[in-house]
Formats: sequence, C-alpha cells, structure tokens
Amino acid sequence: MRTRNIAFSLLALVVLGGGAFAAYAWHPAIDPIDPPRRESFDPALVRRGAQLAALGNCNVCHTVPGGQVFAGGLALPTPFGTIYSTNITPDPETGIGRWSEAAFARSMRAGLDRDGSHLYPAFPYNHFTLVSDEDNRALYAYLMTRDPVRAPARENDLPFPLNQRFVLAGWKLLFFREGPYRPAQDQGEEWNRGAYLAEGLGHCGACHTPRNALGAEKRGEHYAGGEAEGWHAYAINAASAAAVPWTTDSMFDYLRRGWHEHHGIARGPMAPVTANMAYVPEEDARAVAAYTVASMGQPSAERQRRAEALLAARGPVGGGARPAASDSQTVPASGGEPGAAIYAGACATCHEAGRPLPFGGINLAFSSGVRGESPENLINVVLNGLPAAEGERAPIMPGFRGVLDDAQLVALLSHLRARFGEAPAWEGLDKAVREARSGDRLASSRPTDSVQAAPADPTQRGTTW
Amino acid sequence: MSAAGETGLSRRGVLAGAGALVLSFSMDCAQAQPQEGQNARQEPRPAPQLPGSLKSSPRLDAWIRVGADSSVTLFTGKAELGQGIRTALLQVAAEELEVELAAIRLVTADTGATPNEGYTAGSHSMQDSGTAIRHAAAQVREILIARAAGRLGVPGEGLRAEGGAVVSPDGRRASYGELVADGLLAVRAAPESRLKDPARFRVMNQPVQRVDIPAKVTGGAAYVQDMRLPGMVHARVVRPSGPGARLEALDSGAVERMPGVLKVIRDGDFLAVVAEREFQCIQAMRALSAAARWRAGPALPKQAEIFGTLRGLPSEDTAILDKRTPQAAQRRLEASYTRQYQSHGSIGPSCAVAQVRDGVVTVWTHTQGVYPDRDAIAEMLRLPKERVRCIHTEGSGCYGHNGADDAAADAALIATAFPDRPVRLQWMREQENAWEPLGPAMVTQARAGLDASGAIVDWDYEVWSNTHSTRPGTAGSLLAARLVAEPFPEPAPKPLPQPEGGGDRNAIPLYTFPSARVMHHFLPRMPLRVSAMRALGAYMNVFTIESFMDELAAEAGADPVEFRLRHMQDPRARDVIARAAQAFGWKAGERPPRGRGHGFGFARYKNLAAYCAVATELEVARETGRARMLRAVAAVDSGQVVNPDGLRNQVEGAIMQSMSWTLYESVSFDEAGVTSVDWSTYPMLRFNGVPLSVEVHVIDRPGLPFLGSGECGQGPTAAAIGNAMAQATGKRLRDLPLTRERIKAAVGV
Amino acid sequence: MVKLTVNDRQHEVDAPGDTPLLYVLRDYLELHAAKYGCGLGQCGSCTVMVDGVAVFSCVTPVMLLEGKKVTTVEGLGTAENPGPMQRAFIEEQAAQCGYCIPGMMMRAQALLQRNPRASDEEIRTHMQPNLCRCGTHARILRAVRRAAGLIQTAEAAPAVRSAAR
Repeated sequence: MRTRNIAFSLLALVVLGGGAFAAYAWHPAIDPIDPPRRESFDPALVRRGAQLAALGNCNVCHTVPGGQVFAGGLALPTPFGTIYSTNITPDPETGIGRWSEAAFARSMRAGLDRDGSHLYPAFPYNHFTLVSDEDNRALYAYLMTRDPVRAPARENDLPFPLNQRFVLAGWKLLFFREGPYRPAQDQGEEWNRGAYLAEGLGHCGACHTPRNALGAEKRGEHYAGGEAEGWHAYAINAASAAAVPWTTDSMFDYLRRGWHEHHGIARGPMAPVTANMAYVPEEDARAVAAYTVASMGQPSAERQRRAEALLAARGPVGGGARPAASDSQTVPASGGEPGAAIYAGACATCHEAGRPLPFGGINLAFSSGVRGESPENLINVVLNGLPAAEGERAPIMPGFRGVLDDAQLVALLSHLRARFGEAPAWEGLDKAVREARSGDRLASSRPTDSVQAAPADPTQRGTTW
Repeated sequence: MSAAGETGLSRRGVLAGAGALVLSFSMDCAQAQPQEGQNARQEPRPAPQLPGSLKSSPRLDAWIRVGADSSVTLFTGKAELGQGIRTALLQVAAEELEVELAAIRLVTADTGATPNEGYTAGSHSMQDSGTAIRHAAAQVREILIARAAGRLGVPGEGLRAEGGAVVSPDGRRASYGELVADGLLAVRAAPESRLKDPARFRVMNQPVQRVDIPAKVTGGAAYVQDMRLPGMVHARVVRPSGPGARLEALDSGAVERMPGVLKVIRDGDFLAVVAEREFQCIQAMRALSAAARWRAGPALPKQAEIFGTLRGLPSEDTAILDKRTPQAAQRRLEASYTRQYQSHGSIGPSCAVAQVRDGVVTVWTHTQGVYPDRDAIAEMLRLPKERVRCIHTEGSGCYGHNGADDAAADAALIATAFPDRPVRLQWMREQENAWEPLGPAMVTQARAGLDASGAIVDWDYEVWSNTHSTRPGTAGSLLAARLVAEPFPEPAPKPLPQPEGGGDRNAIPLYTFPSARVMHHFLPRMPLRVSAMRALGAYMNVFTIESFMDELAAEAGADPVEFRLRHMQDPRARDVIARAAQAFGWKAGERPPRGRGHGFGFARYKNLAAYCAVATELEVARETGRARMLRAVAAVDSGQVVNPDGLRNQVEGAIMQSMSWTLYESVSFDEAGVTSVDWSTYPMLRFNGVPLSVEVHVIDRPGLPFLGSGECGQGPTAAAIGNAMAQATGKRLRDLPLTRERIKAAVGV
Repeated sequence: MVKLTVNDRQHEVDAPGDTPLLYVLRDYLELHAAKYGCGLGQCGSCTVMVDGVAVFSCVTPVMLLEGKKVTTVEGLGTAENPGPMQRAFIEEQAAQCGYCIPGMMMRAQALLQRNPRASDEEIRTHMQPNLCRCGTHARILRAVRRAAGLIQTAEAAPAVRSAAR
C-alpha cells in the first residue's frame, strides 16, 4: 500500500514536472561498439581496475553465490520489489561487451544505461558518481578483460509504475547529485583520499546510512546505521556502539583481515567486503580506515574510560589460534536466572575461553552485536551461527536454531544485553526473534572465509564465494 | 609377519580371494616383506614354508577352536579399522570350515588371545591373516573329517563337511562338537592344505554385507568410545602448552574439590584427572589446565620457512636407485615441489579404556598394533610384558599412526594410579589435532633431459623427508612415557627400507629411462612430531613425478597419456593407464572449455602393490581461484579381485580423501606448537566439494597374486588434480596444498 | 534433576543443567549412537534431532530441553527392526569406519521429515555441517536418496494396506 502511494507520488511529480522534467529525464543512447580485444588494454590499468573493483565490491552484487562471477542475477530485495543485478561481463549480447568506455563512465557518473535509460539506484551510482574519470578507465579495462558469460538479465520484479524507468528521473531530481568527487578544502590529503574511496567506490553509506521512504540515503544521518540482506549495518558515526572506540589502526586491521580482537568477525554482508579489501592497496585501505574513524568523531572521555576498564578487566587477547592445554573451551560461570543459565550453559564455554580471535568466540563484552542499536545481528548469529567455508580456515560457530525456542532466545538475548550491552534493552525483541525464525526477515549467510589468522598472513585471504 | 609400518586400510569388504590364497605360499616367498626395524626383535622367529601368518603362529588352535556345542571361535591378529576385515575373515573361515557365518565368533587383535600379526597396516591383512585363516580352517576341517572317519567307521574320502558336521554317504552325521576333543587342534599346521574349489564357494566371492554395519547404524556399542564397563570412571589428560613445555607450577587443590573428581594425577609433566561423570571430568580438565603453568619449550621453526629449514637439516643420503649412463639431452627441465604437514584428521579423537586388576593392566585400544603398543606400555610401566594386555577395540578411521597408541598409554598410566575401576580416557579434539603424529612435510626435486624426439633420456630425483614411522617401538615412542618424571628417551628414527620405503616410497618411478638416479635424503631430526599417514611418501612422490611428467610432456609437445605410455613398459601399468583414459573419454589434444582442465596421474603403489590411474576434470573459477573436481575416473588393477565393491569403496574413499588433502589441507603451527586444533583451523572436504561423479573401474586379473589397494589412490589423485589445474589455469602449481589463494595468486588478474 | 524426553521415553537425569546433551545421552542414558567428534559444533558427529530439527548435541545444554522431544538414532529403529533411514544405509553399505554415520543419519532424517522430496542439491547443501573423513560421501548421498524413497513408501504403505482390507 505504502509502495503504491509512493509510486503514485512519484508519478504525480513526474507529470507535474512536465516538459522541463522530460528534458531532464531523457538521455540519448550511446552507440554500441565492437567488443574491444583483451590485448588492447594495458595490463597495469587492468590491475588497477581489479583493485578498484575490489573496493567497489562489484563481484558481490553482480554474482549469484556459486555462480559465474559478474554474470549478475543476484536478487536484491528492496521495499519496492526485487531487483536483479545485471551481467557486467563483456559478453556482447547479454553483458556489457558492446559498451564503449564513455557508456561505462556515464553509467557510473550519471546512473544511465548505454541506451540512455535510468538505472535503479540499487546500483549505488549516487556513490559511484564520485569516481574519477581515471579510475573509471581502469574499471572499464578490468571489466572488459573478464571472461564473457552468456547470461541474460532477469526481469526486475517491480510494480507499476516503478517498473517504468523514467520514473527514476524524479528520484534523481530529488536525491541525486552528480560527481565527480570534490575534495574538502578544510581536510588533509589522507582524509580526502579516504572520503573519495569510501564515499565513492566503497559506497559504505549504502548500507551504513538509513534510507527514507523513497529509498534514498537520509541526508543529515550520514553513517547513522542501516540495513543489508537482513543484517543491521552498524552506525559508524558518533553513535558507534563499539565497546572499544575504533582507531585507524584497528579499523585498518579489521578491514584487511576481516576481524579484530576488540570488535569481532566481519560477517553477513560485511564478510565479502573485508575479503575484497585484501586486494586493495594498503595505503588506500588505510585512508578508508582513517576517514571512517574520523566520521565517528572523538569518543567521549566517559566512553574512553569504560573501554579502558573493559580492556583491563578482560586482558589483551593475543594472536594465534592455540587454545589452552586441554581444549579450547572453559569452565562456564554458573547461571542464575534463565538467560544467565542459558549463557553459562550454551555460550560461555566458547565465549569466555580466552581463545584468541579469529577462531575463538569473542568475549561478548566487546561484541557490537550485543551493544548495537538493533538486535538483528545477534539474532542472526545465534540462530544460524557462522558457517564453515569450503576448504579454508574460517571461524565456525554452530547455530542454535534447533536448540533455543523463541522464549529461550529472548531470555538469552535480554540477558546478554543487560550484562554486556551497557545500553537499554531492545524494543521489539520478541517480534524481531519471531520474524527471524519465521523467515519473514531473511538474513544472508555467508561463510567468513575471508578472515585471516593473526599475525597478518597473506596466504589466507580471498573472496568469499 | 609384520607390515613395514605403513598406514593402511585394507578395505577387504567381504571376500578373501580364492585364487590369491591358493597362490599365497608361492607369493609369500616371492614377496617377503622387510621387517620394520623397531618391531623386529619382538617377532617370534618365523617357521619355514607355512602360508601367511602361520609362519609366526603355526599352531592351528591359535587360529581356530571348536566347542563341544559345535560353536567356532576364530582368532586373528589383525584389527577391524572400518575396512571390513571382520566380515572378510569370517567368510574365509566359514567357507573352509563349512559352517554358517553366524556360527563363528571372531576374536581380533588381543595380546592375551590372538596371534601376533604386527600392525594392521599396509593392506597386508588379507594377505597375511586371510591366508593363515584359510589354510588353518581347511586343515581343521580335514582333521575333523579324519576323526569322523574313525568314529563312523567310514573311509575319510567318502565323508564331507557340511553345516558344522561331518556327514557320511549314508546320511549319518557327527557334529563338530561331538568330534572335537582336548588337544585335537593343538597341532602344527602343515605347509599345504586342501583348499576348497572356488567353483563351490558359498560365501567367498559373494557380496555379503558387512557384519559390523547394523550395530553402527542402530546405536549398538561398536567403538572403544562406546565401551561401558561396570564401575567405569572417566579421565582426561592435560597436555603441555606445547612440545617440550615443562610444568612449572600446579595448584590443583580446587580441582580436587570439584564435583565428581576422584583424583588428580601428576607424574612429572604428565597431568590427568579422574572423575565419576564424563562432563564433570571435562570441566575438571579445563580447571586443571587453568591451574597449571607451563614453561614453553624450544621454539618451533617458522612455518613460512619450513622447507628451507628442512633442507638445511642434517641428512642421511642414499641413492635408492643409481642407473646412470651419460646421455645427450637436447632440453633439460628442473622443478621442485613441496608438501606441508598434514593431519590424519580422524573424526573420533583417540580413546582407550584401561583397568588394573590383580597386577594385570588391561587396555582396550584402537591402536593398529596391539603387540607393539603393549610392549611399549609394559616398558613404560616397568612391568613384564605378560602383565599388560592390549585388546583391540574399534575406533574411528585412523589412516595411519594417529593418537591411538598414546591414548592407550595415557589410559594405562592413569589406571595404574587409579587401580581397580576401569578408566575411560578420551582425548579432546584439540588434543588429537595438536599431539597426534603428522604426515611429514616434504621437499622434492626432479630433473630430466629430453632428446630430440621428445623422449626422456635421463632422470634425477631427490626427496627430503623425515621418517614416516614413529610407531611404538620402545616406550619412548609414547607421549606419556616422555612426560613422566622418569622419562624414556625418544628412539632415534630410522628410515623404512626399500622396496617399501617411507619418505622415499614410490620415489622410484615405474617408467623406464635410459639413465636414472633417485636420492633419498633422510632427515632424522623432526621439527614436528611425524609418523605414518596413508600412503606415506607415495602421496608426495607420485604427485611430484606425475606433475613433472606432464611438464615434460608439455615441453615435448606430447599428450600426457601418450607420453606416459611411451615410457612405460610394464604391461599392467599400460593397461590401467589406457583403461582410465578410455573410461574418462580422454582425447589427445582436446582442449576443454575455458576454466576447465583435464589431468592424469598414475602409480603402482610401492612399485609392488596395486596399479592405479586417475583421470579428473577440474573446474577453476579464475576470479576467485576456487577449484572444484567435477568428476574422477580411476582404473585399478589389484590382481585377483577379492570384492569388486569393497575395492571400489576403498579407491573412491582414497580419491575423496586425497582431493581434500590436495586442495585444502595443511597443519598450521607457530613457535609454540600446532595451531590447527579444530575443524575451523584445519578445514577439510565437506559435501559441497564432493564431485558429481567418481567412477572406479576394476581390471580383474583372475589367478594373479593379490595386491594391496588401500592406499593406491592417494598419489595418482593428487597428480591428476595438479595436472588438471595446470591446464585449467595455464599455470603450474607445485606446492601442496593447492589452495584457492595460491591458485588465485598464480592466475593473477 | 533434569527432565528429558528421548525417543518418546521420559527420563529424569541427575545431571547439572549445563551438561551438554551429548554426555547425558552417552554417560547417563547409555545411548551411544551420538558421538563425540569435536565438542564445538563443527563436525556433526553428535547430531540428534530436537523437535525434528537437527542440532549438535555437544553444544546443547540439557536445561533447554524441557518439554522438547529429542530423537536419536536409537529412536529410528533397532538392529532387529531397522527404520527406513537405517535400512537405506545398510543396503547401500554406506559406511567405512562408520563413526560419522549416526550424525549423518539424524541430519538427513531432519531434512526428509520436513521435505521428503528434497532434491540432490538440497540434500548436499543440507548435509554440509557434517564431516566424513573416510570419503564415504557418495554412498552417504545415495543412502539418503534411498531413504527418501523408503520413507515415502512407508508413508504410502498404511494407506495401501487399509485400502486393501
């Protein structure tokens, strides 16, 4: 119902806008070209494009897990319907094989198809518009040298009039500012580099910023937290719920390795992001880390104090995966009320064992899942665990879906929130638990085989699928 | 008759081959197996000319006893490892004795009851034990018939054995129970037996279902882990923080007061706790571990530098083949390969039950060698051997020397400190992974010269490896014995001699080259604890040789299969190669679609056991580096086929396991010890990696000697995968495991 | 004291509530089919069903099981009278060492009870949490498919019998 109201509002806007709008909305087609030969691209440019594509996570949206890379077809559920990602392999008939560099650059800069029609902002061109011409060249070189895959695009599943692309012109009128990136004069080089990368290809805000009713990122709530694939993307602004405030170093480690001892494992949709970060040059990753942390502002003195107390109490957790001399679990503390007893019996054996991350269970006092604004992530992890990866080292957590019923899960989560969360109880926890179990809210399950054992080990990274 | 200390799962599903056993005594002489050095002095002197293990246990009643109720008890010194030997031996005995399978009770490997047949390893079980049992059963039958002849007053030729009785032509019956008398079977076996004509087989060569599977799928007690004895208590060990670590301080008072705890045991650096209930014991173990402080042992070498470290260790260099003649080569190729430490990965961590009563220590254990383990434990406990008894009880698949022998020693030591009540000692997963002996890391190097026609004219091969067997042995082979306050010294490792070999197993190629030399660089010093793992050095050597053959073939512009045939004279090898290629649909010069590769590998295990060729189709996703086996086709020649289904099962399992090793597996370690302590850190094959099809084609050779097949698939599979990967990616990877990261790095952008 | 329903029988067990189900099954109730493989929920040797859902009994404290129905392999049938899943595994001889098999069977049982017409792909994905080291995977998959057939036949049989009467 709401969708239809929104849709018709847009339609009304379009009609009222009339001719001026039509002039704004219409774009010419760019002529198709013969698919360029692989050899025509400079290998150095192709390599640079690979790095940029890693930062942009193109492979994640444009690949069905287990399917051919970049061949598209991944279903992206939105409040408006389901959109399927397109084939961006250089296949001449079903991919972008006949796209000129200009067409590609225009798609990134202006959100337009080769034939001039608007692209759905599920393709985050509101971010990609910031990408420089030079970087678009490299991306083009990279994509055009991939293996072509014949895979026709799937029809999007959108109601009328949203399935009429010209409607998107209205959306763009309201929410889209074309790039490229303009450096902030009052900020240093690293910050601007980080901003360019994070706001551009990184499109962090696409998940980490809340969206309005029309699906656009809310201006003024930059990085205040969002949603992806049934997971909550934490606030990464001043409202960051991290027990230990992020630093550039810790953020850098987390982004590159996929885990940090004070923050946990990158999981759900974040797992492939950190997996891809392994292929981003170190200085770029560091810039992104610096920019992101800068967005969080300076933590308050109170927050710093609490973090120090926490660290002192729990002690540092060293690198490596070696457990104690018996096994990798511990004697759990005995529980009292139901939630505490469940924690003691089912969780504490691993989560208080002190076994180092990434393979040990994180001490929940550090967990953003427990401290964060929404219980979604914690519910997902407790129900589904962390799945084993195919033939690669990855933390494995069993799921407790069959073990805990809804009442037990609510009791457990409430207890964790109270004991470790340092924050008020979640509202709507019952409902969130019910929705997760019933499948009303589907959460993606991605193996966390992107994690890297400490210390930094370049032989243990890779993309996720 | 002992095996040469190799791993082995002789998965003789059902049958003892008729033809194989008839030929067994000529075969025994021809294929005398060298004794493993450490075990030699424990074997009784073999008697001449008796078939199979009758050599070392010549009395018939060591193998077969008949009760007054006609029930038959059968004894074997071999152990059920999950390879189906129990069923197979029952069939052999049932056939020759003319009784029903159900009428026989089989007693396996027990130092208090059965013959000493060394280790159940190296696919020797049917050859050694099956042969002995067949002959013994046939001779027992004939003795009973002779006795019936006297009883019934009928000449023996007219009598026949049937259904547990001797029957005369006029229908009179004398049951075995009526015929048997004290001492009747206490006679020495004769060198020849009247074996049953295969044409009259009732149960041998039949696909009889395994007798142990029903219990395993219905919750029957089937494993040592499931043993329950009256009054049994639970025990757990606390291992040091790493190899060589010493216990500095222990404050175990609180642990002793924990619920259910009966005793905390400390003997030097050996720590254990005994409790009434299993979970109580586990909790006490964790508390005990927290209460202990260890001083770290000497630092292990860095994993990233392990191969350089190995190459730099002192070595004993032996040319195991030196047939060099000067050759003029037009082109030369050289390549070197590596293999990381790998783990047995037994699904069930090791376990043992021990009880001390009336001065006798009884241990129920899943060791592959009850006699050697017993001897080592007796030495550790400073007891005469007769006061220690080891009884084999099945564990999960071991694939070689895992923690079983050590768990038995732990249990025995704990039981000695806590006598009378049976003690069940169970290792934890992390302890199994961290402390079991590993498959050794190895380095190999191959060099060859090609002449103008593209034929190999000279061949030079070198392999660097630790020993592939540290099985007991002496007490010092046991972890517990090295930890106690008065420890036993670790025995000096020795190489397993050719023709079986250890690290140099299958280092000599079966191909014929005008000039060849193979060097074995035996490295006595072991940075990590190692021992026998299925196929031993053959896995790496065959991977190397067969990868290098492909590299040479490419250099010569030849098809890989054709290139192998060109250099292979052994006709059975040629047959197996041709059969696998044909069944696979191998076409010379065919280029599979982009991202896919075909690969081939061949070896004759130990150059004297089964022949096996594997062809595989691999798919490699270039963007991710992910490799997936789509299908595998194998051909195997194991001489006279005993059970085609059992053989296929064996080879199929070997292909799956070798694929897991080859694509995924490496032990991780840091300076303080092994860090791949669970399945998150030691990942292996799961269902999503299983190929769509695995075919095993058996080339039947009726009448030819039986050839051990349990380990023949490991090497050829690895090579086939490596070769397919080279074709799929255009890059040659030489470092096992061939992980996704390595593939992606090689493929580039 | 903890109350448990296992294979349709009520038990009262004098074990602390945080005892994992695996040890209660094996150490108290002498039901040995579920096995210890890792104790970490990584290998599946301990798999049983709770209210028809496959769980790792090694990470399931018994305090959570009041009012829920636990099913183990022993509840699927006996050696004398094996159930469809067990018959399928015997007929396919789907075991080498057999240690992982009870866990495999319970995992498969949970799938087939919910979805008797599961496709090969669904079976394969569903079995992912369970490890087998001997390489018996292909036989296990065949046994699960066979069990699906047997279960469907068993479901149909009562109707057939009553129709025939």
